[in-house]
Amino acid sequence: MLEIRNLHAKAGNNGILRGIDLRVNAGEVHAVMGPNGSGKSTLAQVLAGRADYEVTAGEVIYEGKDLLTMSPEDRAREGIFLGFQYPVEIPGVSTTYFLKAGLNAILKHRGLEELDAVDFLALIKEKTKILAMDQSLLNRPINEGFSGGEKKRNEIFQMAVLEPKLAVLDETDSGLDIDALKIVAHGVNALRSPARAMLVITHYQRLLNYVVPDYVHVLVDGRIVKSGGRALALDLEAKGYDWVKADAAMAQRTSA
Amino acid sequence: MAQVSEELDRYLLDFERFETDGATRAASWVHELRTAAVARFAELGFPATRHEEWKYTAVTPIAKVPFTRVGHEGPALLSGALEHLNFGLSEGARLVFVNGHYSREFSSLRALPGGVRVGSLAAALTADSEGIKPHLARYARYEDHAFVALNTAFIEDGAFLYVSAGEVVGDPIHLLFISTAPGTASASYPRNLIVAGNNSQATIVETYVGADQAVYFTNAVTEVVVGENAAVDHYTLQRESEEAFHVATLQVHQARNSTFVSHSIALGGALVRNDANVVLDGEGGDCTLDGLYMATGQQHVDNHTRIDHARPHGLSRQLYKGILGGQARGVFNGKIVVHPAAPKTDARQTNKNLLLSGDALIDTKPQLEINNNDVKCTHGSTIGRLDEESIFYLRSRGIGVEMARTLLTHAFASEIISRIKVEPLRASLENLVGTRLNNDLPVEATP
Repeated sequence: MLEIRNLHAKAGNNGILRGIDLRVNAGEVHAVMGPNGSGKSTLAQVLAGRADYEVTAGEVIYEGKDLLTMSPEDRAREGIFLGFQYPVEIPGVSTTYFLKAGLNAILKHRGLEELDAVDFLALIKEKTKILAMDQSLLNRPINEGFSGGEKKRNEIFQMAVLEPKLAVLDETDSGLDIDALKIVAHGVNALRSPARAMLVITHYQRLLNYVVPDYVHVLVDGRIVKSGGRALALDLEAKGYDWVKADAAMAQRTSA
Repeated sequence: MAQVSEELDRYLLDFERFETDGATRAASWVHELRTAAVARFAELGFPATRHEEWKYTAVTPIAKVPFTRVGHEGPALLSGALEHLNFGLSEGARLVFVNGHYSREFSSLRALPGGVRVGSLAAALTADSEGIKPHLARYARYEDHAFVALNTAFIEDGAFLYVSAGEVVGDPIHLLFISTAPGTASASYPRNLIVAGNNSQATIVETYVGADQAVYFTNAVTEVVVGENAAVDHYTLQRESEEAFHVATLQVHQARNSTFVSHSIALGGALVRNDANVVLDGEGGDCTLDGLYMATGQQHVDNHTRIDHARPHGLSRQLYKGILGGQARGVFNGKIVVHPAAPKTDARQTNKNLLLSGDALIDTKPQLEINNNDVKCTHGSTIGRLDEESIFYLRSRGIGVEMARTLLTHAFASEIISRIKVEPLRASLENLVGTRLNNDLPVEATP
């Protein structure tokens, strides 16, 4: 579904991604872990099409198409969803209104019939249940006055409504207490399916107790330095990132 | 004075014609008022930009055009065209003025409670001149303001509304001013007087519209007297032609514990100047001034507000928002004067501007004159572009970039629109603002 080859990206003059290679198949959940500043969030933003980052080398093939030439809205319409680390507050636009506009743009793009108000409301009702969300929040301006937990829950709720093929969740777990974390994880798990892939970016292994990944990758200084199964996350938890960093440095010396 | 001469002479000549044959036969005090006002106008002349209150607004484009007052003989209207000027207001009374003159044919005064008198100022000047004498021109001072002086010189017609003490008028009263643009460059001088008795309540909507492309000059003055414990909700929808000049003063006088809310929506006009002045002249007066101005092309929109806190425990809230595209220029000047006799004043003023193009310009200036220590006064203004973070957030959900920009601009305006209490009016303005955003105010992509 997604193939990232030798991806380099920079913001301003700072190279942040320095050669990422990653292959994600439908049905798989990949966790990307790494210390602060390793480039985790940049990877997520580049995949979603944020203009602040410049791709200097490499390519990203999504379902056989060149992802990097698509506009952010076309990526969304093609089935990519980014769960924001810091969801934006937008006064004056309700979640319901903008989500309906988004969903219908996606449906239209795929040649499907757009939803009218009644059908959309029914859909929303169903999805709020999964996330135990207070429906009244959705009629309020997007994320305005929401708690940190409510904002993250709103991200997963939007994902549930838009039903992406590839979900990139950027530190959806950070700043959540354990109860909120469980709700968010439950929402994520409810969306796991053989047709859908997920890239779960996290700083902490705690989330992976609830959303069990098929693969774990460790990102250091803009490169994936180690990949493995679920056990790798536990090792990281126990030994810290310094261990992989040292390992990576040694590997580089050996290869040089 | 440098300009004087020709430009002013035209108006003085127009005034002579008006007094000799055009004007409604009026009581001597009205005649004296007009004469004093025209003399004052001749002294003041059109304000120059060196005048502090006119620093950012040059009125030479108005002075240059030979505008003359239109008499009753203005062209007739098609009544069919009136319906879409209703702004959803089908319930209440409607007074229609064509080129400044009351039109009985197009007006409808149905369904008003007994304690309400509503009609044309011209009729009131003839029938009950003594009744309006205590109020007319008592609040809007022509001594300091050339355009108020000019309007006062030509006092003849407009709306007169009197709500008796304790009377509650449920449906909004719509005052519709239409300029039909006959061949010549026409000027109209609507003069409105609204008196709300103690404990009364009323909603008034003033709308100004004109034929497309027409060049004309509307110089309006509305005086509102809000009695003790009375509540007045006032709306101004300005949709003049894109070539028109519009200068208007709203002068409000509030008694003890009264409430006044103004919603000023300015969409049209080539050169627009609005003055909204409120005097809180009774303890515990409460006033809100909301404004939304949208301009594009070469439009110039100037909003001046002044709130005088003259008594204790007054509360004032101002929120003016501007959306400017093209090469439009906006001005917001908000003055708050707290008098020594007004402790416990609570005043807040906010002006927010959204610039949609690189060439749009806004001058925003708060002016606070505080002569009492025991007060709470805040002001703030912002000038900005659409937030790129928000645009990206919307796009990441599949919304196209154009729509994302329109949505955010609409959201900016909706803070003012959503505060409109008259439901059909709010809905029709939502549409109007949306259409204007889609057609006339494209958001330029940020480089």
